[in-house]
Amino acid sequence: MMKNTPTLSLRVPEPSGRPGDAPDFSHLQFDPAGAVSRPEVSTAPYEMRDHAFRLVRVLDDEGQAVGPWDPKLDPEVLRRGLKAMILTRAFDERMHRAHRQGKTSFYMKCTGEEAIAVAQGMILSREDMGFPTYRQQGLLIARGYPLASMMNQIYSNAEDPIKGRQLPIMYSAKDYGFFTISGNLGTQVPQAVGWAMASAYKGDDKIAISWIGDGATAEGDFHNALTFAAVYRAPVILNVVNNQWAISSFMGIAGGLETTFAAKAIGYGLPALRVDGNDFLAVWAATQWAEERARTNQGATVIELFTYRGAPHSTSDDPSRYRPGDEHEKWPLGDPIERLKQHLIVLGEWSDELQVEAEKDAVEQVRAAGKESEAIGTLGQSRPSVKTMFEEVYATEDWRLVEQRREVGV
Amino acid sequence: MTTAPMNMIQALNSAIDTKMAEDPNVLSFGEDAGYFGGVFRVTDQLQQKHGLTRSFDAPISECGIVAAAIGMGAYGLRPVVEIQFADYIYPAYDQIVSEAAKMRYRSGGQFTSPITIRSPYGGGIFGGQTHSQSPESLFTHIAGLKVVIPSNPYDAKGLLTAAIEDDDPVVFFEPKRLYNGPFDGWHEKPVSPWKTQELAQVPTGKYVEPIGKARVMREGSDVTILAYGTMVWVALAGAEHAGVDAEVIDLRTLVPLDIETIEASVKKTGRCVIVHEAPKTSGFGGELSALVQERCFYHLEAPIARVTGWDTPYPHAFEWEYFPGPQRVADALKAVMSGGR
Ligand SMILES: Cc1ncc(C[n+]2csc(CCOP(=O)(O)OP(=O)(O)O)c2C)c(N)n1
Repeated sequence: MMKNTPTLSLRVPEPSGRPGDAPDFSHLQFDPAGAVSRPEVSTAPYEMRDHAFRLVRVLDDEGQAVGPWDPKLDPEVLRRGLKAMILTRAFDERMHRAHRQGKTSFYMKCTGEEAIAVAQGMILSREDMGFPTYRQQGLLIARGYPLASMMNQIYSNAEDPIKGRQLPIMYSAKDYGFFTISGNLGTQVPQAVGWAMASAYKGDDKIAISWIGDGATAEGDFHNALTFAAVYRAPVILNVVNNQWAISSFMGIAGGLETTFAAKAIGYGLPALRVDGNDFLAVWAATQWAEERARTNQGATVIELFTYRGAPHSTSDDPSRYRPGDEHEKWPLGDPIERLKQHLIVLGEWSDELQVEAEKDAVEQVRAAGKESEAIGTLGQSRPSVKTMFEEVYATEDWRLVEQRREVGV
Repeated sequence: MTTAPMNMIQALNSAIDTKMAEDPNVLSFGEDAGYFGGVFRVTDQLQQKHGLTRSFDAPISECGIVAAAIGMGAYGLRPVVEIQFADYIYPAYDQIVSEAAKMRYRSGGQFTSPITIRSPYGGGIFGGQTHSQSPESLFTHIAGLKVVIPSNPYDAKGLLTAAIEDDDPVVFFEPKRLYNGPFDGWHEKPVSPWKTQELAQVPTGKYVEPIGKARVMREGSDVTILAYGTMVWVALAGAEHAGVDAEVIDLRTLVPLDIETIEASVKKTGRCVIVHEAPKTSGFGGELSALVQERCFYHLEAPIARVTGWDTPYPHAFEWEYFPGPQRVADALKAVMSGGR
């Protein structure tokens, strides 16, 4: 039988460039800094739908803070933020190199995304709980968690705070408001909602904040979290870090071409903000907005942080095999450290010389921590007692673990 | 302590109720578990008694329910969540296995998951394949989880109380065939109500039955039957039917397992029959069999026998061919008594 309708065809989304191509970001259209309005925190989500599609930006191309989202931060706070970002990048550099030198099995950098965890870590208190994924090391660093302790975990050495049980970088620091990281993507988001529900249930004033990558938003956990956050009006900030890539899959594979990640909130009746993730001030301002909303019992906010993963996914990845080599350099929203530095210089509160000094100081801090940690040992040189392998499986060891521990001879 | 006759539903309800009255950190939620009190009524009246924020309905998202409970547990609460049927625990499997079970270990003891996941399980109610499964072995395999399965109202309340107070995540399977009365597997015979049973005299106040202790339901000298849940009653009926002096052990807790009671009994009787509803392959009976073999081999006078569900999906029309009954238990008992199968 003849058909007079066209045959169907399957569409598989493809990114705008592959290796060898010139980077092409012409499909991205951004609001200029200062263009997006700042709604009242009490605004009903359906009245601010536009915010899920536009881009909150504060820093313009000259480094000026403009528009209604300018958080008008004290220069001292800006300098602290800048220094924490510089330190985060220096830490990443050193640990990436440590992997190349065989000192650890694995590492993941957050290059280009430093503003996110640093700003958000500075805004919320340690009493609040962060439910991070693996690119929020800036949160620990901004809060002054000992660099040597981070390295001890990366090296799984005798002083590893979590006793050699986790991959490097999967930190856990309750006193710093940093929940234990899972290797299973997305699981932390509904947990953050549950934690926030518990705070509300108790009549406390603590809030939760979670992060998930653009790729992992396709997991059911993310959508379950949005349902629960909306239904129970949980005091939680739900971040989507859209760094354009999920290992080798571009954000279109997770649905990022059909709508924005922020707009996923709309169907759940949650307010959404789409924010320039490379703009420390915009991240700050949007997070503060969401924080106020949560703390005043008005519920959750979804924030899409629009950024670019500058480094490889991890030490096991080679991005030159799936994207244009210089794509990061052409990223139209620039580099978060450069942009904040420029802003401080424009304010007359910073200089190129101070920047050089701060970078040197960061390298020095990392080197000192490295010496301290490497003295304890890198991977394989020292490790926690094998006995700890059998501990904390349960609150108390049962007979199986006692017998098996004896079999190992510890 | 004053007691009252209770069926298993009432006993479970009483456990949550007394814990909620005692500890404001205990709350209960699940699909239809709030206002309505659960499709099996286990959480009946808890919302009316303790308030909307302490006993509430949840979206139909098992993964979300367990994940939220994990977050609450990390905060310091002791949530008791209901998965409406154990067959629907699979959407929550990752949160239970990768998250709750590992929380204490992976965080070096900084975070814990003191949560209780309750779920009606098992067959014998004409529930078809999605309302009859026994997934316990999927959880006993996971380091960090405790798995508890009561067989009577007294244990149900005492063990659920212990589960709520436990600092580790507990998967608590409730044999729904036993909710309203013991069931001996003779499906054509009238079912007796719980009130004729000693173990249905349940204290109205709080008490705890320790997790990790088996209960000897019937002492005997010829053969040890290891069972849990509904199968405890089937085992008792099977022993009677076979006329064999069997020692029937209700394991009550699969993890941690009361290995001492098992070992002492098998060494005494020299024979062992294991009964469970779940399919045979990789069922918990395989583990029990291996443990008995490892520890009691030189005391065994016959090969260990397993009486289990078949390795098929749970069928609707063939329920009584699938569900292990007293006849199959009796056959296995006779076989081990004569030295083999
Ligand atoms: C449940 C699960 N599936 C797959 C993986 C393997 N995996 C690790 S990272 C990753 C990509 C994640 O991308 P995205 O969420 O965008 O975060 P990003 O790495 O870009 O920060 C994948 C597929 C995993 N860790 N967990």
